Amino acid sequence: MVPTLFLVTLLVFFSVRFIPGSVIDLMVAEMATESGLGSELTAEYVKKALGLDVPVYVQYWNWLVNAATGDLGNSLWTGRPVTQEIFSRIPVSLELGILAMITALLIAIPIGVLSAIRQDSAADYFGRTLAILFISLPSFWIGTMVIVYPSIWWNWSPSMEYIQFFDDPGGNLFQFIIPAVILGMVLSGGTMRMTRTMMLEVLRQDYIRTAWSKGLGERTIIMRHAMKNALIPVVTIVGMQIPLLIGGAVITEQIFCLPGVGRLVVEAVNKRDYVIISGINVVLASVILVVNLLVDLTYAYLDPRVHYK
Amino acid sequence: MAQTAEAAQAIKEEKPRAFLVDLFVRLVREKPLGTVGGVIVLVLLLVGILANVLAPFGYNEIHLASRLCPPSGINILGADNLGRDLLSRIIYGARISMYVGLGGAALDVTVATSIGIISGFFGGKTDTVIQRFVDAFMCLPPLFFFLTIMAVVGPGLVQVIFVLGIASGIPGARVVRSAVIAIKENVYVEAARAIGAPSGRILLRHILPNIMAPVIIIFTVAMGAMIINEASLSFLGFGIPPPTPSWGGMLSESGRRYMLLAPWMALWPGLALAIVVYGINMLGDALRDLLDPRLRGGLGRYEGAKIKKPKTAV
Repeated sequence: MVPTLFLVTLLVFFSVRFIPGSVIDLMVAEMATESGLGSELTAEYVKKALGLDVPVYVQYWNWLVNAATGDLGNSLWTGRPVTQEIFSRIPVSLELGILAMITALLIAIPIGVLSAIRQDSAADYFGRTLAILFISLPSFWIGTMVIVYPSIWWNWSPSMEYIQFFDDPGGNLFQFIIPAVILGMVLSGGTMRMTRTMMLEVLRQDYIRTAWSKGLGERTIIMRHAMKNALIPVVTIVGMQIPLLIGGAVITEQIFCLPGVGRLVVEAVNKRDYVIISGINVVLASVILVVNLLVDLTYAYLDPRVHYK
Repeated sequence: MAQTAEAAQAIKEEKPRAFLVDLFVRLVREKPLGTVGGVIVLVLLLVGILANVLAPFGYNEIHLASRLCPPSGINILGADNLGRDLLSRIIYGARISMYVGLGGAALDVTVATSIGIISGFFGGKTDTVIQRFVDAFMCLPPLFFFLTIMAVVGPGLVQVIFVLGIASGIPGARVVRSAVIAIKENVYVEAARAIGAPSGRILLRHILPNIMAPVIIIFTVAMGAMIINEASLSFLGFGIPPPTPSWGGMLSESGRRYMLLAPWMALWPGLALAIVVYGINMLGDALRDLLDPRLRGGLGRYEGAKIKKPKTAV
């Protein structure tokens, strides 16, 4: 995990710091007019803020040492610490992510299981078609349609202003539901497919035949015997979807004006705030690494055959 | 000698064709949904190639008189805020999606195959080092990283194809690697090595042809992902800059500003995108079923419901 994280910092650092000179000039020009300082002074400031006044390996080392102590530098525009900027946005993204994940599972598992126990039936074809459809729908299009058509037909549109959870819990949840369902739909495709495949595999095993021959009902066999084992690998795919979930949040947060990490990255890229961009990438990569580790541990807990030495 | 060389040539030429023809026949016969997907992909390619023949107007032809004109006889799908015909823009958008889909997927497959083959075939330290990098790369949330790199390289069609192709190829190397590891244990690889074939020859003549199945799957899946990722980037304003009509770009900026006045500006490009990506994914899914024996259904199938029936009769 630590070497991987180290490589992540390397990748992020070098992809972000190899900014073509023209972009720095652009930043300088933009900032010089905005701050009222002379362009040379601003250039110096930008170079210093980016740490570009020392050799590359020194820049990397400084950044890495600071990052290790939890300091990812300060935003070029607001001057606030990057960690503070990111962590103030995380609750929004986390809420969206959790709700989306719940939606995805609520859609995926029942359809996936049904699709497997009625393999090659109309329900199976319908389920599989639905899974592919959900993966294919562009979330920004669905989001736009959800905003446009209700407002034309019924003069209703989802709230475009972020409601604090502690001000109005109901309003806050309601605001998150539509984006979460859209994001969840996109995620559910993969989970649905995995659930179906695993169910099919488990249902062919001997202990299921034993259960049938004992005269157990189909419901008991599916719910108590098959699903328990079939859903273990689904945990893995849920873990694997975390990056996708975080990536998808960029779009949904943008459309529904939710002030999460996704919006922060779009703002930062728009303003070319490279300190924030690299900070976000590193923080999210660490989050993903930790989640992957947790998924592996959960897997070992759920499946007694798996042991980590 | 000449004869054997000829025969070898014939085998070389015949084999991949037979494989693809066989795949095609099975697709049409066994996978109706996959065939529908294939037809959608063909339509995309045809529309993309023939865009300038099919489109009634140029993609940037401004007719201020028909600004925000709803769908009508002249502008079948309506017109945008500059009076540009939406149908024409969507037809030209198909060309962009085609470039991104094919170009990006080709690059993706090339990157995935070269990294995967080297990593899987040589194993050992090479493999460990490469896999560590792939691991690190896979920790970066895709869209965030695409945005970051697009900010560095700047917007544009070629940039989008390169960024998406390379960045998606790296995780794909995993799939190729595991296929290579499975194949290199085969006796014929050992035999080739025993007669003194160099590694390069083994890779090209023995390993590469045998990983065609995962490569085809990666290609189709990548094509859909490329198109939707390009649209997402253009939607966020970091993909293909206007006035080039990208389906994603048409949904952003002006598409969003005028969406309540002219909802058709947002409706059609997204619908086109959804249909095309759906078609590609259907095709990809069918090909996966046909090519990947592990998912083909394996030994027998679950007969639960059928077993139950006689029991209730007793």
